[in-house]
Amino acid sequence: MEWLSYSTPLLQGAWVTVQLTVYSTILGAIAAFAFGIGKVSRNWLIKGVSICFIEVFRGTSLLVQLFWLYFALPVLGQQIGIDLRLPPVVAGTLALGLNIGAYGAEVVRGAIQAVPPAQYEAAKALDFTPRQTLWRIALPQAIPEMMPSFGNLAVQNLKDTALVSLISLGDMAFRAEQIRNFTQDSVGVYTLLLFMYFGMALVLTAIMKLLERSIGRWRAGRA
Amino acid sequence: MLFGIEWDTANNWVFAVSILPILLKGLVVTIQATVVGFFVAAVLGLILAALKASRLRIISWPARFVTEFLRDTPLLVQVFFLYYVLPEYGIVLPAFLTGALALGVQYSAYMSEVYRAGIESVPLGQTEAARALDLSPLRQFSVIIIPQAIPRIIPAMGNYLVSIMKDVPVLSVVSILEMLNVAKIIGDRTFNYLIPLSMVGGLYLVLTLVASAIVRLVDRRLPKQGIPLR
Amino acid sequence: MNDTDPRPMPPDSPADAAKPTPPPSASPVCKSDLLEAGEPIIKFEKVVKRFGDVTVLDELDFEVRKGEKVTIIGPSGSGKSTVLRILMTLETINEGVIWVAGRPLWHEERNGSLAPASEDHLRDMRKEMGMVFQQFNLFPHMTVRRNITEAPVQVLGLSKEKAAARADKYLDLVGLTDQADKFPSQLSGGQQQRVAIARALAMHPNIMLFDEPTSALDPELVGEVLNVIQRLAGEHDLTMLLVTHEMQFAKQISDRVCFFDKGRIVEEGPPEQVMTEPREERTREFLKAFINPA
Repeated sequence: MEWLSYSTPLLQGAWVTVQLTVYSTILGAIAAFAFGIGKVSRNWLIKGVSICFIEVFRGTSLLVQLFWLYFALPVLGQQIGIDLRLPPVVAGTLALGLNIGAYGAEVVRGAIQAVPPAQYEAAKALDFTPRQTLWRIALPQAIPEMMPSFGNLAVQNLKDTALVSLISLGDMAFRAEQIRNFTQDSVGVYTLLLFMYFGMALVLTAIMKLLERSIGRWRAGRA
Repeated sequence: MLFGIEWDTANNWVFAVSILPILLKGLVVTIQATVVGFFVAAVLGLILAALKASRLRIISWPARFVTEFLRDTPLLVQVFFLYYVLPEYGIVLPAFLTGALALGVQYSAYMSEVYRAGIESVPLGQTEAARALDLSPLRQFSVIIIPQAIPRIIPAMGNYLVSIMKDVPVLSVVSILEMLNVAKIIGDRTFNYLIPLSMVGGLYLVLTLVASAIVRLVDRRLPKQGIPLR
Repeated sequence: MNDTDPRPMPPDSPADAAKPTPPPSASPVCKSDLLEAGEPIIKFEKVVKRFGDVTVLDELDFEVRKGEKVTIIGPSGSGKSTVLRILMTLETINEGVIWVAGRPLWHEERNGSLAPASEDHLRDMRKEMGMVFQQFNLFPHMTVRRNITEAPVQVLGLSKEKAAARADKYLDLVGLTDQADKFPSQLSGGQQQRVAIARALAMHPNIMLFDEPTSALDPELVGEVLNVIQRLAGEHDLTMLLVTHEMQFAKQISDRVCFFDKGRIVEEGPPEQVMTEPREERTREFLKAFINPA
């Protein structure tokens, strides 16, 4: 049946989707920690920049951000004399990563603030510096708290990758639209596409659950 | 020219001012799509939640599968699916309704979870006390459970309202003239994407802040223990 | 803080005692090493501490001599824990001066007068004190051994081997050598508190602060912790400040007992005097609540 002939281009697109998901998740994780930690910093400049970043990228639509990076940034570059045209891959990864990073930053911030104050007191009594306290005492305890939310964000990121098809990046959704244009078989292609995303999401959720369990190993045992 | 309004590309400032009314027309469409989508999501979500709560596995399991499926697949693909598939079964809707429907369907999955979580957050003791007082199950639900669940449900629904608003631009693929689509058309025709897209970004920021503030206000006004019944 | 000083804690190994090592930081050698036994190592001068409208410490004058074991008793809200927390630099003070080993704690001497202490000065002063908390506050994501070695390695700059040797020594002291690789969630409350004591001791403080160390423990676990504290009191020259409700225990180990009420010392003296034949009415009222076998 025709579905088999769809599989090759769709799988090519799937590979692009997977790569995009991986790159943007990594960028997102870096941004989440950078701005999440920045938001609880006592340095008002770092804190201000972090708050601005989080508000802007959470407060505007992802598609707006994507289009801005791909269509508007080059115009800005023209006006100031630098070539700021981003290839679709870069624009896509950037928009996805920064967007998911802003949501992730709030998760990071919440988890850090959920570490019991008594832990900070114990660290102070042992004369750790604030930086040592953050990296050795607070963050290791905060990270298992973040994992469930990170799992949700990872799946959200996967779904968001479909938007890059609108800037002509050859991901799964783009390929599907190409096939549909060619064969006019909307139901078949799009049903298959929906199930492919569903399958990927299930795999991703399973991976995140595994990560969650291995990171929180020390939480086992008597309370 | 768009919507009958001319723009002026003399310089950046003049351009920005001249396209603002055009963008605002797009804003109206954005808000309309948000409201319709939200309404559909709230109603469908309620139905989905009721199905999931059924004790008959033949009803609850498919409902749970559908919820999970909707949550794990992209809105964009769902929009295309409805847009291309519905006509094949004889249902021809204007593009706006197709888009808003897709939006509502996607978020109905999240809404059903909100309903479930809100109802489960009412302590079990309340149901037990109601039963001990011999209240009928219908009265139990409507007078005891729901009023106490609402303060939990409203803020979550409010947050999803804001999320729906941020997802409206995806509907531009079916030619709905919401804000982002309008800005892109202006950009396509003038080659100056910077001004329109940046303005849309700014408008979205304002919208989000206002909407979030309203949600917080409603949340604060709601008594935590439930809707007061005299 | 080098290992050749004649210090209350025994040196890590005989070889270290003979070998001079340079101080790990640029700060001056802790003055408490130069104090004779019997000189005041802690001195509160007219200290006032307010939390909002509530005055918790009311012009407190308080002194502890080097090597002394002092127990602070009193009703809740009397300020006893606050004294310890202020010493551990967890709380600031509103008025007054505190001297630790001859140096101001919450102030520093600059150009001949006292200015509020900088963070560097506080970090330096913290090394004098170790604290054991009511809720143990072990780091849940680290093994017992790591809990004890982390601060000596990261703060004092000890090598991993030296820190591990210290950990083994103090684990032996508190009787938990076989639990070294367990996580805190796998230990009982009494075991966790003993680890907390070892963790504080591993920093070689001159003053040990115990803030109601057994109040959060099930009754059958209290004894093991008190035994450790008693051994510490008997075998070492540490200055110890203990806040507790365990009256019998306080009588056993203390050189001096202070009864705090409403932010001031109402009565202080040797345990036989304060606890068996108190002079003040308020002390008598308070002690009535504790059934003391004769």
